[in-house]
Amino acid sequence: MSLLEIEKLCLNIGNVPILKDVDLTIEQGEVLGLVGESGSGKSMTSLAVMQLLPFSAQTRGRVTFDGVDILAAPEAAMNKLRGNEIGMVFQEPMTALNPVKTIGEQVAEGIRWHTSANRADAEDTARKILDRVGLPESQFPLSRFPHELSGGQRQRVVIAIACALKPKLLIADEPTTALDVVLQKQILELLRDLVDERKMGLLLISHDLAVVADMADRVTIMRHGEVMESGETARTLTEQKHPYTRQLAVASMHVPDRSGDAARAAPQTPLLEVDRVVRDYPGRRPSLFARPAPFRAVNDVSFSLREGQSMALVGRSGCGKSTLARMILALDRPTGGEIRLDGAPVSTLGEAELKPHRRKMQVVFQDPYGSFNPRHKVERLIAEPLHLLEKQPSATEKREMVAQALNEVGLKPADMEKYPHEFSGGQRQRISIARAIITKPKLIVADEPVSALDVSIRAQILDLFADLNGKLGVAYLFITHDLTVARAITDEVMVMHDGQIVESGKTGDVLDHPQSDAAKALVAAAPDLERALQRRLARHEASGTQEA
Amino acid sequence: MTAFLAKRIGIGLITLIVASVVVFSVLEVLPGDPALLMLGMNATPEALASMREQMGLNAPLIVRYLNWVGGMAVGDFGRSFTYSSPVIDLIAERAVVSLPLAVISLILSTAIAIPVGIFAAARRGKVGDTVSMGVAQVGVAVPNFWFALLLIYVFAVWLRLVPAGGFSGWGGGIWSGVKSLMLPAIALALPQAAILARVTRSAMLEVLGEDYIRTARAKGMPRRYVLWRHALRNAMIPVLTIMGMQFAVLLAGTIIIENVFYLPGLGRLVFQAITQRDLIVVEGVVMLLVASVVVINLVVDVLYAVVDPRLRVR
Repeated sequence: MSLLEIEKLCLNIGNVPILKDVDLTIEQGEVLGLVGESGSGKSMTSLAVMQLLPFSAQTRGRVTFDGVDILAAPEAAMNKLRGNEIGMVFQEPMTALNPVKTIGEQVAEGIRWHTSANRADAEDTARKILDRVGLPESQFPLSRFPHELSGGQRQRVVIAIACALKPKLLIADEPTTALDVVLQKQILELLRDLVDERKMGLLLISHDLAVVADMADRVTIMRHGEVMESGETARTLTEQKHPYTRQLAVASMHVPDRSGDAARAAPQTPLLEVDRVVRDYPGRRPSLFARPAPFRAVNDVSFSLREGQSMALVGRSGCGKSTLARMILALDRPTGGEIRLDGAPVSTLGEAELKPHRRKMQVVFQDPYGSFNPRHKVERLIAEPLHLLEKQPSATEKREMVAQALNEVGLKPADMEKYPHEFSGGQRQRISIARAIITKPKLIVADEPVSALDVSIRAQILDLFADLNGKLGVAYLFITHDLTVARAITDEVMVMHDGQIVESGKTGDVLDHPQSDAAKALVAAAPDLERALQRRLARHEASGTQEA
Repeated sequence: MTAFLAKRIGIGLITLIVASVVVFSVLEVLPGDPALLMLGMNATPEALASMREQMGLNAPLIVRYLNWVGGMAVGDFGRSFTYSSPVIDLIAERAVVSLPLAVISLILSTAIAIPVGIFAAARRGKVGDTVSMGVAQVGVAVPNFWFALLLIYVFAVWLRLVPAGGFSGWGGGIWSGVKSLMLPAIALALPQAAILARVTRSAMLEVLGEDYIRTARAKGMPRRYVLWRHALRNAMIPVLTIMGMQFAVLLAGTIIIENVFYLPGLGRLVFQAITQRDLIVVEGVVMLLVASVVVINLVVDVLYAVVDPRLRVR
């Protein structure tokens, strides 16, 4: 008997079918990767196992965990299973912990509840599991509050909560999606070690084929609430029998056609010059009277970007990339140094003198939905930057410009009458690109423009960026922690670490032969589908020859 | 925490100073001569002049302001013209009614509102939620003096459990004092409780949608435990804000209820003082209320920090 067996699980919310006949099994000590794009029903499947579904959800089929019929189990029985036999780790570590309770309380609470241990014993156990997940007592006493911890550290606390009672099954729903690649690697290694050590089953939910290829013994691929294919990881992902599996694999390794690269045709004039830029933030006061030491977010950064060039700025979260981007966009002023756009010192100009220069630079953000006012129509959203033009266009001219911008990004002019919620995530990102190109800028700063998108959508948006670069000659500064994006779309890359540029050069050279420790760490941690599959196949062969 | 407190107290003091300037200058520009009011319309010009001299009304503006503020700092709020007794005594006499009334009302409204709000949030969209929020809607809409009249009718006229009005004083023991404040306190508390219950419900609903609630449930904690131990404390910030504002209103804004129940409270004192142009009493009461609001806000700020560790740093 398997540890977890899901048979013909159907789930409706209201009249909308979310899951259709989902089958899935996990053996003890096995890692199952559940892969699919957003809306495919991966999370709902895991919540059905936990019985933490939204109230209006109705389920049919069978879910058996360790002999217990989960769908028929009463709430009290589920309370005994949750946290004790089944642990769960969530996607967003920043919000997964109660902000008003210490980490010790939050880890010990479940232990006390399930084992009726007294407070001291429960805290003892909590201490041990926190040590195990890499939060030693010297730096992380039980009395720490979540806000005193970084994202990666908080995710370790969540893992400690989930694993404290040695559950038989661990469910990890996109556990590393919100973390940078180096942290992702650390957290995945921790999960793998815990699984090996305790012979847990692991249901690893991810949209990232490379992560799953690296971690999972078997994969199940879902789409629109149905299982498309499932099987042994290496075979499934190398043979790619199912067309959807192939589609996912191709999309996740997609490299856009950049034959129309504008940088080659353009003159070699510098468009953006960043000259010894420094940005300090006031630090926290150690006491009422002591002077706080400033925190240097960007430290002596210099580089230049030519017209039509695509450059990537990569680094771990908190390395200062976004601060640098804000200064380039003149949303923040450097403490020292100068930034010139087309020769104009934008870092020192006043707001009035800055206005004509602002239309030369535009921005595309990570979360397309969060950057729109939901009550405005697309026409108004896209036309927003037009106030930067010297001569204000008439209403008809405005509509024409919006229509043209929508055309450029592959949407229909009629879409300008709609509201942002009527579009999918990928279409919304197209809208934000349309908003960015409407002033005919020379530079677009794109801050993680595709990291919130599914792989197939991501491939399309990368194509769009490449296409617009060729057609409009616009230069890009891509800010990303995802090296595949950097590799796919840029000529040059800069690696940032602790506020400094530690390495830069041709994208291929830097990513294939990193010199600095920071770049090496990023490259080593970046998930890579092909390499992961090769490793997995090599391991199979090795164990095969041993058996023979 | 020390720095936090020092900063909050500093802000409170500045508020007090600004308020004192505003109160002083508003009453300065209002028409009406206090000396004339005190001596009556038939006073001779000589008597008036000597009265003005005696009251210090001829001194320059800034001197009068400083005298006034300096006096208040040592508890001298001046003398009332109409009652011819020190303002501080008048206030103290009334505060022993108004302060307990406000405290009892706040305790009652909190004791009703928070469980009802939690109950409704836990049963969102179900019958219990609809009914309790419907009742709360009525409670918000119906004015408190109407409740007061109903309460008098039921408990004083019909059941004869409590007096219909008046205040027995604290001389006859705490219980008899509380008893005569019970009906007005309930009448004041009901509409406040209705508002507070709605605030509690919406704050709880917002918190219940947070990720950490799911984390707690995934730990195996039962729903009720999560509600009280994880959600409530996080939902307290907006609830505390409203409670602070309600307490300030309860201290001074109870004139109608005081009249319905014949209570000698601060509301009636200030109302009478205004109609009789007894400006020195008005000034004193207003400053006292400003000070109590400042103190309440300070307490609420400290409670924020107690509830939420993230607010302790600054």
